[in-house]
Order: sequence, then structure tokens, then C-alpha cells
Amino acid sequence: MSIDTARIREDFPILSREVNGRPLVYLDNAATTQKPRAVIDALKHYYETQNANIHRGIHTLAVEATEAYEGVREKAAQHIGAASAEDIVFTRNTTESINLVARAWGDANLREGDEIVLTLMEHHSNIVPWQLVAQRTGAVLRYAGIDADGRLDLDALRSLIGERTKVVSVTHMSNVLGTINPIAEIAGMARKAGALLLVDGAQSAPHLPVDVEALGCDVFAFSAHKMLGPTGVGVLWARPGLLAEMEPFLGGGEMISIVKPEGSTWADGPHKFEAGTPNIADVIAFGSALDYLADLGMTEVREHEKRITAYAIEALEASGGITVHGPHDVEVRGGAVSFEVDGVHPHDISTIVDAYGVAIRAGHHCAQLLMRHLEVPATNRASFYIYNEEREVDALVAALDEAKRVFGRVESRTAV
Amino acid sequence: MSRAEPQFDELYREVILDHYRRPRNAGTLEAPTHQAEGANPVCGDEIELHLAVEGDVICEMAFRGQGCSISQSSASMMTERVCGGTIDEARRVMRLFEAQLVDAAEPDPALGDLEALQGVAQFPVRVKCALLCWKVLREALNIDETEHARTSQGD
Repeated sequence: MSIDTARIREDFPILSREVNGRPLVYLDNAATTQKPRAVIDALKHYYETQNANIHRGIHTLAVEATEAYEGVREKAAQHIGAASAEDIVFTRNTTESINLVARAWGDANLREGDEIVLTLMEHHSNIVPWQLVAQRTGAVLRYAGIDADGRLDLDALRSLIGERTKVVSVTHMSNVLGTINPIAEIAGMARKAGALLLVDGAQSAPHLPVDVEALGCDVFAFSAHKMLGPTGVGVLWARPGLLAEMEPFLGGGEMISIVKPEGSTWADGPHKFEAGTPNIADVIAFGSALDYLADLGMTEVREHEKRITAYAIEALEASGGITVHGPHDVEVRGGAVSFEVDGVHPHDISTIVDAYGVAIRAGHHCAQLLMRHLEVPATNRASFYIYNEEREVDALVAALDEAKRVFGRVESRTAV
Repeated sequence: MSRAEPQFDELYREVILDHYRRPRNAGTLEAPTHQAEGANPVCGDEIELHLAVEGDVICEMAFRGQGCSISQSSASMMTERVCGGTIDEARRVMRLFEAQLVDAAEPDPALGDLEALQGVAQFPVRVKCALLCWKVLREALNIDETEHARTSQGD
């Protein structure tokens, strides 16, 4: 059954509001998505009926809250095809998930001269934690480039991965170009070198069917708020056995087994990495987001986004004076569409389209290495989700026409 | 129900677009006596500013950078306005310009072309674009920001 956007839109209260006197056209989903009523209600329901601290009470509320929280671990595992919820750690966001691995695994396993292989299309959250661990350990960073089409240069990546490589950390889907990287192939390269493969799934887990077993990665990280869930919840999955090999990230309550004056022992499984009272309410509400996506079916979500992305790329380029970055073939890309408007800076574009109620992103998208590679200071980015419709792409194109008119006034005169 | 069409010709006046497309004093100086650079890390706007100061007179200015029409036209107009005058005069114009943008004050005739940027005051997220080059000028001339803020509040 294909996605029925009209029905879906009724589940999202914010989509009925106006911005600057126009219906909101929300095309900034790669930054964060809107939330369905079920998620908002789940937060309210938790605080009104179940609020208690988890894992430490015998009373009924504590038991109910614990069951609800742990139930979401199960759902998160199912969402990415993981065999066991015991390998799922809740963090604050993808950034924290990556930092956790860079600290807890990186500090213990990296030595001077070891190499960490990244790509030029990484988000800062998959660069800076590795730069920090490199400073601490003397490890060296290597970056694989991308080709003219905005796809990862796999030959370059293959030649970078060698016996010194201890970590390969790549995005599953670029937040700027939309490019989907062939993780299974990269996993083969990493495995041959005996390197750990971390996959930044912040942009893929919300939009594609993901199966970590089939991908063959060691670590997969993503965020709830980019997939209908609340802010403040991230997920880290590690292949079975890996969490047990890692030292704790943060110390405190919840993550211990026995505490003595001279030292402590650690809790088992994911709890070792969840020090202190976690974000219980938001994790539980994230469960409702995962239910919502499961009901739609991730294959249907992907099909819908392929359709609207293809429509958007064609409409943008057909309107004239617009260049779309990244692959144009929707089989190898997702719905984050970066583009340039000739002669108009992205900030000016964003200001103008906002007046028409259209929310897009302008800037470097936390990907300065990629901006430098593309030789642009910033890009415009429209990004789609389950509730977006073709008419919203049309509204964007119409608003862009106004931007072109405003900026064309002087150009057309001085061009003579 | 009628709704007003957004009006951008006022924000993006032709003089702004003209400075954006044909920036005045673009480039660098061979022997600057003062220089500074600055960026808005959130949006990526960049300005590098060179000055040649003799006594207390700004004799030459040049800038280069990248960014939106507001940040780049503001820099172009700033160099036109303060070059040839004294540092004190630059300080005075800076204060008037900030008042126009931050306090939405009526533009002072002393601002010249810079008056065209008054529409930016209606777009709070863009004010920092127009102020970037002035921040760089302040740094290049070592103008104390706190002292400056006190003075401008007194206006």
C-alpha cells in the first residue's frame, strides 16, 4: 500500500499552521522532522500516568516505566534488523553515539600511527570526535574523496584502507548530497583490514529499510528526532560482543554493578553505557514514532521519497538557473536535495522563500569539508519526508522564481 | 481572503544588489597597516579587511570575502563610506549603522548608501550578516567593543 500523504498529514498538528500568512511548507526534514500526534500524546501519557525512575524501583509505576523504556530498545533493534535489543544503547543523539565509540573504543584501541578512514562527505559529528581521539592517541585521519557526481570514490577508499587502518567511519546517506553509500561493499574492505566499521545512519534510518546484519557494519548510529521522534534520543547499535569489550563512556548510577571504595564493576549490556537517569519520556515516545514508521513500512517510505525526490530534482532544474548537487538517479540517493540558484546566495534564497511559508535550509550543513570540495560557501537544501507532497515542491519552485526576479533586476541591466 | 505578496524590492534595494555584483574596493592591499578577518560560523559568511592608516586617517581600504548579498554589499558600502575619513569618523558611522540595524533607528543622512540596508532590521536573523564587516573593522582598528556598546546605548 503506497503512502497516502493526505491521510498522514492529518496526524501532524504542526502541518496545519501558517507561516507568514501562508500554509507551512516544511522541507527541512534532514535537520529534524515534525512529530505525529501519537508521539506528542505518548509524552503526555507517560508523564500523566507512568512517570517514575526506571530500573531501580519495586513499585508499580517504576515497573511500568521500565517495561515501556525497555520495550523501545526492542523496537529500535527491529527497525534496523538487529538480532538483539541487548546491543542497543540509548544516547542523546547520533553525535553522542559516535563520541561514545571514539572515546570508549578509540581510546583503548588506537595507537600512534594507526589510521582512521573517513570521507569528505561526513557531517562534522563524524569528523570532530575522530579528530579529538587522534589528538589523544596520535592516530592519523585519512579522507576518501568523492567523484563529480557526488558519489563516494570507492577506488580511493579501497586504496586508503590498509593494514594501519583501525577504524572506517562513513555516513550511510549524505545529509547534503543525498548520496547513499554502498555500506556492504565498504564493510568488505574494512573486514579485510581488520578495521572497525562505524556507520552514521542519521539520514538513512529515517528513510530507508536498514538491516545492520546485511550491511555488515560493527556500529550503527542514528537519532530519534530525524524520524518522527522527540529530540534528545540517539541510538547506538554495536555488533554482538562489542559493547562487552568496551570500557564505560560516562560513570555514575545505572551503569554499575557493585561499587566499592577502591573501584567498581560495570553493569551488563547496554546499561554500562547509560549512566544516570536517561531520557525516559522521550525514549518511550520514540517508541510511538517507530510504531508509526513500522505501520507505514520502510519500503513504502523509501518509494514515496524516491518519487518526490525525482519530481523535485526535475522541477528545480526545469525552472532554469538552478543546479542540483549530488547524484540525480534516485536509486542511489535519498531525499536531501542541495541546490544552487545562479547569482543568489543561499541565505538570500532562504529569507525570500520563508516569506512564502517555505522552510528550507541554507548553510554549510555541518559539512565544511564537503563545501570546500564543492567549492561553494553554502548550499540551499530541501529535504523530504512522508508527509511532503508534489504541490509543496511547486510552492518552493514558485518562491524561487521570486528570488530570481528580485536578484535579476540589476543583473539584467548591467549585463548589457 | 486576500494576502499580501511579500515585498522584497525594499529589502534588496537595487543599490544593495549593485554593490553585491560589483563590490567596490575589492581585493587586498600590498602593505596594510591594519587588517583583520571574520566569519559567521553558522552561515559561512567571510570577510577579510585591509586598511592603510596614516596618522588617524584611513587612506586606503580593501576587502575580500564570500557570503550573501547583505554581508558583501555591507562591506562594499562600508569601505566606500569610511575610506578617506578619520578613525573617529569611522567609529561614528559604525555607531549610526548599528543603531539603524539593531535599534531600527531612523537612518542618519551621514550613512550615505549604507542607509539602503535599513530593511535588514526587519529580518533579525540577517542582521548579523550586515554587521559582520563592521565587526571586522572594529577588530582591525582595535576598537573596544564594550566601550563602544556603552557609547551606542547612550545615543
